[in-house]
Amino acid sequence: MATEFHNLQELRQSPSLATKVFIQRDYSEGTVCRFQTKFPSELASRIERTLFEDTVKTLNTYYAEAEKVGGQSYMEGCLACATAYFIFLCMETRYEKVLKKISGYIQEQNEKIYAPRGLLLTDPVERGMRVIEVSVFEDRGSSGSSPSSNVSSGISQR
Amino acid sequence: MSAVMITRKARKWEKLPGKNTFCCDGRVMMARQKGVFYLTVFLIVGTCSLFFAFECPYLAIHLSPAIPVFAIVLFLFVMAMLLRTSFSDPGVLPRALPEEATFIEMEIEAANGNVPAGQRPPPRIRNVQINGQIVKLKYCYTCKIFRPPRASHCSICDNCVDRFDHHCPWVGNCVGKRNYRYFYLFTLSLSLLTIYIFTFGIVHVVMRSVDSGFVKTLQDTPGTYPFMLVCFFTLWSVVGLTGFHSYLISLNQTTNEDIKGSWSGKNRVQNPYSHKNIINNCCEVLCGPAYPSVLDRRGLTQDDLPVPASTATKSNPVPQTTRTTAPLIPNEHTPDDAKPSIADLAIAHAEKISPSPKEEKPPTPPKAPVIPKSPPTPTKVPPLASPETDVEASIIIAKEKAL
Repeated sequence: MATEFHNLQELRQSPSLATKVFIQRDYSEGTVCRFQTKFPSELASRIERTLFEDTVKTLNTYYAEAEKVGGQSYMEGCLACATAYFIFLCMETRYEKVLKKISGYIQEQNEKIYAPRGLLLTDPVERGMRVIEVSVFEDRGSSGSSPSSNVSSGISQR
Repeated sequence: MSAVMITRKARKWEKLPGKNTFCCDGRVMMARQKGVFYLTVFLIVGTCSLFFAFECPYLAIHLSPAIPVFAIVLFLFVMAMLLRTSFSDPGVLPRALPEEATFIEMEIEAANGNVPAGQRPPPRIRNVQINGQIVKLKYCYTCKIFRPPRASHCSICDNCVDRFDHHCPWVGNCVGKRNYRYFYLFTLSLSLLTIYIFTFGIVHVVMRSVDSGFVKTLQDTPGTYPFMLVCFFTLWSVVGLTGFHSYLISLNQTTNEDIKGSWSGKNRVQNPYSHKNIINNCCEVLCGPAYPSVLDRRGLTQDDLPVPASTATKSNPVPQTTRTTAPLIPNEHTPDDAKPSIADLAIAHAEKISPSPKEEKPPTPPKAPVIPKSPPTPTKVPPLASPETDVEASIIIAKEKAL
C-alpha cells in the first residue's frame, strides 16, 4: 500500500486528486439512510476490502441508530410537541448528536486508515446524504495518469 | 474620501441555486411567492383578534375565564406551527457537484451502451428494490441526481425535496420530509381553533340574545359576524384538509403519490413504505426522528463579498432571475418531466449527430437556467416522460379547488 501521504493535512492540501468514487445509497430497506457495502473496483488496489466494508457498515449502524423510531424518538417528539417545538431552539436533536459522532468517526478513519493510503472520505451530510464520496489521490511515487480534473475539493468547513 | 474596501465571507445561502428566499441571514427559508402566506397570517390573526375583542370579555364573565385562555394557547400553537412550516427547510436535496454529476453520467452511458445514431437513448431510470417491490428512480436534469425514492422536484422552488408532499402556497413553502409533521399539526390545530371559536361565537350570540334580544346583540357586537363568516367557510376546507392528511398518514403516503396514483390500482406496485398498520404508520410519520437539514445555509463559503456602504443587513439576497409569477397550484413537474416538444426533439437529434462536449462545465455548482415547460439542454436528451403530465397537473388543480 502507498504510504506517501503521512497525514491528513498534507492530503487536504495536495492538488493531485486522481478521481472520486461515489458509494451510493442502498434503498432495499426503504428510505432509511443506508449505504451500499459493495466494494468498488476502483479502490481494489488502494485499500483492503474488509477495512472499507467495516467503515461503511459502522456508518450504516450509526445512521440506523439515528433514525430508529422507538421509545426515545417518541419521548423527544412528544416533549417537543408539548413545547410547540421551541425546545429545538435550545436542545440538539438525537439525529444531530449522532451526526456529530459520525463526523468524528469519519475524521478518525481518515486519519488512521484512509489518508495513509491516499484516500479521503467525505462526510455524506456534505453531499446531501446521497453518497459517500471517496477522493482518490495519486500515488506520488508513480508517474501515472494526470489528474482528471483540477477540482477544489468539496471539503468545506462548516 | 478614499473608499476602504471591506469584504466579508459569503454565507452559503447566498450562493444556493433554486428559487427560495432567505431571511435572517439564512435562518429562514421560504418560497419566492409569499403573498398567500401573508393572507393566511392576516386571516388567522384578524379572526382571532375579533374573537378576543368581541366575544371573550362576555364569555369570560358569564361562562369561564378558561375559555379565552385556552383560545390564546391554541392560537399561539397554531401560529408556531405555521411559522415553523413556512420557515423551515422542507428537506431540500442539494444539487450534485460537478464530479458527482459526471460520475453519474458515466454510469448512465455505461449502462446504455452504444445507442445507434438516430435513436433516442433510453429514459434515465434506475430500478431499485424496496421491501420486495421494484421502484423506479427518475433522473433530475436540474439537480443532476437520481432522485431518492419519494423525492420529487418542485418547479416553483426549483429544488428536489425529499419525501415531497406538495407545494403549499398558504404556507409559502414546500411540504416535505422535514416539515410535514408541522404542517399536519398546523392544519389539525387550526381546525380545532376554528371549531372552537365558531362554537363559542354561536354560544355568545345565543346567550346575549337570550339576555337582550337578537337585534340588540347585532348592534352591540358588530365584529362577531365577519369572523363567524370567515370561520364558517374556513372550517370546511381546513377540516377537510386535516381529514385528508390523516388518511394519508395512516397509509404512509404523500399527497404527490396519492395524486399520481403511485400505489393504487391492480397492476401497480403496492406501497412499499407502509407498515400495513395504521398505528405504526402514524408513529413513523409523526413521532419519527427530527431530520436535520442537509442544506448548509449558514456555512461560510470561500468567496469574499464586498460590503456596500448602504446596506448593512442582507435580507433578500437571491437575485431574481426570470420568474416573478408562478402558479399557485402545486406543479412539481420539472422541466425534464415536460412533454417533449418538436424543438426539444430537434435539439436531441442535433446533439446526437454532432458530438457535443460532455459535462465540461467549470467547477461551479450547476445553475441550469430554469424555464418552465422547456427543458434545459443537457448533452444527451433521453425521451422525456409521459403525456400523463398534463393530466396530473389538471388533477392537482381540481383537488386544490375541492379542498
